[in-house]
Amino acid sequence: MITKRIIPCLDVKDGKVVKGVNFDNLKDVNSPIELGKYYSSHGADELVFYDITASSDGRKLFTEVLTEVARQVFIPLTVGGGINTIEDFDRVLKCGADKVSVNSGAIKNPDLVRYGALKYGSQCVVLSVDVKRVGGKYTVFAKGGRENTGIDALEWIKRCVSNGAGEVVVNSIDTDGVKKGFDIPLLKEVCDIVNVPVIASGGAGSIEDFITLFREVPTIDAGLAASIFHFGEVSIRDLKNKLKGQNINVR
Amino acid sequence: MIAIIDYGVGNLFSLTSSFGAIGEEVVITSDADVIRNADKLILPGVGAFGDASQKLYESGLDKIIVEEVKKGKPLLGVCLGMQMLFDKSYEYGEHEGLGLVGGKVVYIDLPQQYKIPHIGWNCLRFEKDSPILKYINENDFVYFVHSYHAIDCEESLVATTDYGIPITAIVQKDNVYGCQFHPEKSGDVGLKILKAFAEIN
Repeated sequence: MITKRIIPCLDVKDGKVVKGVNFDNLKDVNSPIELGKYYSSHGADELVFYDITASSDGRKLFTEVLTEVARQVFIPLTVGGGINTIEDFDRVLKCGADKVSVNSGAIKNPDLVRYGALKYGSQCVVLSVDVKRVGGKYTVFAKGGRENTGIDALEWIKRCVSNGAGEVVVNSIDTDGVKKGFDIPLLKEVCDIVNVPVIASGGAGSIEDFITLFREVPTIDAGLAASIFHFGEVSIRDLKNKLKGQNINVR
Repeated sequence: MIAIIDYGVGNLFSLTSSFGAIGEEVVITSDADVIRNADKLILPGVGAFGDASQKLYESGLDKIIVEEVKKGKPLLGVCLGMQMLFDKSYEYGEHEGLGLVGGKVVYIDLPQQYKIPHIGWNCLRFEKDSPILKYINENDFVYFVHSYHAIDCEESLVATTDYGIPITAIVQKDNVYGCQFHPEKSGDVGLKILKAFAEIN
């Protein structure tokens, strides 16, 4: 049977991997090429490569870095950040991306998901959504978590999936960077309303957090994290061995 | 030299990089003469069957591919490129395939609890021996992304994977090979499959 996926996320700014706590205080960690290569050969099931500042200042991804990552990485690669048009899809797919992740660009132009899916197929279009509780309601935030759109997150996810998004990355701003575990209640709700793969993001601080994720939300497909992998706090191999020991199916 | 057939569809960059990683020379081409002179052919493909097959037929390269295969040249179809080897596909209508491998491509019809597309890493069950399995083992994991799969192809079936039902993963009919998964995205296992294909005489 299909395995649960473990996905390191490479947030990139100025050609370097960074990881913010609650999206602020960015800190340089390492080269995206070296990290990508390392993860590709050490058990990562997939890589997500975001230009985290692109949607706020309109800067394009550094395609040279992306191309080099793709040249050395033989696992699926999802690319996001600054994807606002079909031309942006073309640009990153030509650089070797397998899937394109849309976030603020889809909020600005909800047809982007539909056009992307029509041109490249649903399997190519990943909806990435930054969610925060506002007044007890799950709300979509744009521009790297800085702007409250007022949009209901669950309605938004349902709408984008029916428009053709083939996967959903749910990033909880409330748990991101806190390292106390994934946002289980939010993820359960999302898994209940869509029938495409759902990837949990935001909050992983330990191996136990992944065990809790896959136990509490059996229909979740993948867990995504950045800093715990980049700083060597958790090795993907150890994590997978522990998951196997808990009868959670991993590669 | 291996020719990756460029008919305007598919992730050619990743396939090219993968062959580079195993030291094989490849060329991306839509030139009939280059295809004729190549030792082996790769038919890539992503997206919808109807659009992709139409592009291939419009390019006229389908005839060259069939001619070369009939002469004994090894061909590997990847993902949608593999599906195009079969007689027919029923993805949004009914479309003619290349007819190089007997069988048809249909939607993966599964109970509600199974998510479609079938996306992720799944392991291979070997159905019969094939040169393409030379460097890999049963239960090795490969990466799938698809909503349709080949059926009625028992005599060409080399490997399957389990997604509630057996899913056709690898087929071979004489010198024609196909992988439903993406070897270029399946880590070391995928590279070993490409290496085995590159070494086929």
